[in-house]
Amino acid sequence: MQDAFVSFDRVQKSYDGETLVVKDLNLAIGKGEFLTMLGPSGSGKTTCLMMLAGFETATHGEITLGGNPINNIPPHKRGIGMVFQNYALFPHMTVAENLAFPLEVRKIGKSDREAKVMRALDMVQMGDFGGRRPAQLSGGQQQRIALARALVFEPELVLMDEPLGALDKQLRETMQFEITNLAHRLGITVVYVTHDQTEALTMSDRVAVFDDGRIQQLDAPDVLYEQPQNSFVAQFIGENNTLEGTVAEMHEDMCVVRLDDGELIDALPVNVSEVGQRTKVSIRPERVEMNKDRLAPDAHTLKAEVVEFIYMGDIYRTRLRVAGHEDFVVKTRNAPDQRRLKPGERIEIGWLPQDCRALDA
Amino acid sequence: MSDATAGNLSQAAAEARRDDAAQTGPMLAADGRPLKQSLNRALRAQKLRALALIAPLLIFLLVTFVAPILDMLFRSVENQIVSETLPRTVIALEDWDAEDLPSEDIYAALAYDLHAAVERRIHTRLGSRLNYEETGLSSIFRRSGRGIDDVGEGYADQFIDLDPAWEEPATWIGLMADPDWIAEQAAWAATETEAREPVFQLAPGIADLLPETADAYRSFALALQAEARNPDSPTTEEPWNTVFLALYRDLSAGAEVGAVEGPEFARAEVVRLQEAAAAVASFTPVDLRATFADIDEGWAEMPIWTTIQTFSDPYTAGYFLAAVDLQLTPSGIEVVEENQRIYMLLFQRTMVLSLTIMGLCVILGYPIAYLLSNLPLRTSNMLLILVLLPFWTSLLVRTSAWKVLLQQEGVINDLLVWIGLVADDARLAMINNQVGTVVAMTHILLPFMILPLYSVMKTIPPSYMRAAKSLGATNWTAFRRVYFPQSVPGIGAGCILVFILSIGYYITPEIVGGRTGIFISNRIAFHISDSLNWGLAAALGSILLALVLVLYWLYDRIVGIDNVKLG
Ligand SMILES: Nc1ncnc2c1ncn2[C@@H]1O[C@H](COP(=O)(O)OP(=O)(O)OP(=O)(O)O)[C@@H](O)[C@H]1O
Ligand SMILES: [Mg+2]
Repeated sequence: MQDAFVSFDRVQKSYDGETLVVKDLNLAIGKGEFLTMLGPSGSGKTTCLMMLAGFETATHGEITLGGNPINNIPPHKRGIGMVFQNYALFPHMTVAENLAFPLEVRKIGKSDREAKVMRALDMVQMGDFGGRRPAQLSGGQQQRIALARALVFEPELVLMDEPLGALDKQLRETMQFEITNLAHRLGITVVYVTHDQTEALTMSDRVAVFDDGRIQQLDAPDVLYEQPQNSFVAQFIGENNTLEGTVAEMHEDMCVVRLDDGELIDALPVNVSEVGQRTKVSIRPERVEMNKDRLAPDAHTLKAEVVEFIYMGDIYRTRLRVAGHEDFVVKTRNAPDQRRLKPGERIEIGWLPQDCRALDA
Repeated sequence: MSDATAGNLSQAAAEARRDDAAQTGPMLAADGRPLKQSLNRALRAQKLRALALIAPLLIFLLVTFVAPILDMLFRSVENQIVSETLPRTVIALEDWDAEDLPSEDIYAALAYDLHAAVERRIHTRLGSRLNYEETGLSSIFRRSGRGIDDVGEGYADQFIDLDPAWEEPATWIGLMADPDWIAEQAAWAATETEAREPVFQLAPGIADLLPETADAYRSFALALQAEARNPDSPTTEEPWNTVFLALYRDLSAGAEVGAVEGPEFARAEVVRLQEAAAAVASFTPVDLRATFADIDEGWAEMPIWTTIQTFSDPYTAGYFLAAVDLQLTPSGIEVVEENQRIYMLLFQRTMVLSLTIMGLCVILGYPIAYLLSNLPLRTSNMLLILVLLPFWTSLLVRTSAWKVLLQQEGVINDLLVWIGLVADDARLAMINNQVGTVVAMTHILLPFMILPLYSVMKTIPPSYMRAAKSLGATNWTAFRRVYFPQSVPGIGAGCILVFILSIGYYITPEIVGGRTGIFISNRIAFHISDSLNWGLAAALGSILLALVLVLYWLYDRIVGIDNVKLG
């Protein structure tokens, strides 16, 4: 991306000089974009954030902000707002003093300062809490204050490191909505770290999936979910059924995979290009079809035996034994025409070739 | 009403109560008792258990800590030694106007008191006690111990000249002792027993007839019997000369010995007494004041008398006054002479040096604690051991090491001379003065500052500093506005620890402080073990305690005691 606001160019990071925690990170973030870094624990997300904020230095590579390299700019001159995982509200200051802090160090006049603090508090609907100490606030309130503090000095870039990790589900959902709303309204660029995939999918413009110090895939949430580029992403995002096998036939936009027990299935080749390659095929539970009428007449089908049927209200979740594995899950909508299966029942399943992706082994 | 019916009735009442409690009234527990009562019962058991758990420590503290402190507070005002040693003199001096030397009566009272005290060998103790108030008194008492037998000697001789029987112990026993006691004593003497002689009892009526003699004889008899090693019996010893003095005074005061009749007194004794009464008028009087002046000139001068009178109360503020360089004189409270004022100076010095040491500990300890708390745990643990290392060496060794380092021919001076910073003939005096005390004490107390600081700093997450920097603060601002305020509780705890330890410190100033670097505690120790003026030591200690409490209170007012954290 030419006009990237933030860019990581071949960035590497090692803490101990032996192992690379971040390996060859290339990332460009556009202005006003909400980008989420998603990945398992220890995949280097916080490290990336810290390098951007200036608390860690990159071992190799260059990070630019607004086109200027920032490797040698000290943290306090970067003008990046940051929300920490534990909020890091100063316990010895009141909420209002916490918010005024970034304005004071920027030598903004008293009246101006108070107005800005008030505006920021109102923005997170905490206008009445200016006189309280952080310890007198609930987790959600502290989180909102931390957000307000990161925004009060009007930074163009805000980093958030798992800010909602400590909240309960309900509050988390409300806050997710509030954060995205605010970010879009103020037009700020947000780099958001989480290892909650639902959070990542619902909030972001784009999601960067981290694993092993690398970005495995960087895409919009729907693309990420529906077109995972490799088996790690497929496994990591959403629920997923995986079958292993070898490519048996290669066609233009589909292939046939021979599973390890000899059965054949249709799939979309993503990471495979020639016959004989090992592959993992991935099918989303809601894309599995149990009604043969909806499949193409020449489609391959698989025999399956019902192991477990779970009624979940809006959907049914059926666990099947397929190709020797017992963890194959099918989700079906709770509709009038949908039959409730019984354990032990034998059925046949299939799918459209484009829903079944043949990925790397 | 029988118990059974009473039980039934109260049960019925309880049920009735339970019924209407459903609508109103106090809450009832499941067994029908009021809920409050049940709760109290449950809590009482808990409280008793808690008390039982802390009881051993409580007793230990009471015995080893509270009791000594109370004892010290008591000693700082206690002054019973004067009225116990010289009871008659103290009473006689009550009305003395302190303008002229006391009357003969007072000298007589002194003679009885002193003789009893000398026999019990407690007169020197009183001498040392009074010597704290007026120097020189100690030797007067010591000399009086040797000369007390001269008092009344003239009368004894004259009585014996009159009738040699006065020399016989039996004469006195017949006159003074209770006939019952005489019988008991005879029975005791007949049996070869390990038990002590029965305690001497005065004859009934004798105290009215010859008040001073009875009193003097009684203290003579009791003093003999009270001898610890080989008690004597009044039945075998001639009375002290002061008893003859008393007899003379009683008789010449006109005791009505002519009217004595009845079975209490043996005939011969009464006759002898009547003869003596008739003769005393022709006795040569002996001037008591002159006799005492012969023993020691001091008795014919005012100071000893005013001092005894001033300090005759069983409780005194004298020690406290002395502890702040004041003194109690017959004319009121006065400041002691300039060259004797030391305690205020010492208190002041103790405060100032302790504050200096505390300040140095903060300045030296803060950066170290900061460094330690920001290092990885493994490194910081190792360094912490280095901080604690001094604790493993004996305090004495450490302090003596400072002596080696700091003395004029010591390592540091040698180094400075070698570098050329100081001339060889102008070596710095860094030991046996305040510099020595401050240096050595700072070194010794530093760990007490570092440890609380470290443990508080350890709890300050690094994310606060990062947050401050990300909000635009420079390193210095972030430290000053965010980190430092959160480390204040550690500073508070460290300061209180170091300050309180240091104002009571004793060994180090003693070794390296010389004359100008010693603390008030050194003076306390001196009074405890050398001058044996425990009262003054206790008063100084009490003032020190009060000072600490006041400072603690001030700290609470200014900083707030909640603002102290040890981790
Ligand atoms: N200060 C440090 N010194 C040495 N190693 C570190 C340091 N900080 C992180 N690491 C290592 O770097 C790797 C990546 O850490 P990072 O904190 O970036 O993970 P993360 O993706 O944020 O994980 P999480 O989701 O658990 O927060 C981990 O293996 C971690 O052990
Ligand atoms: Mg992290």
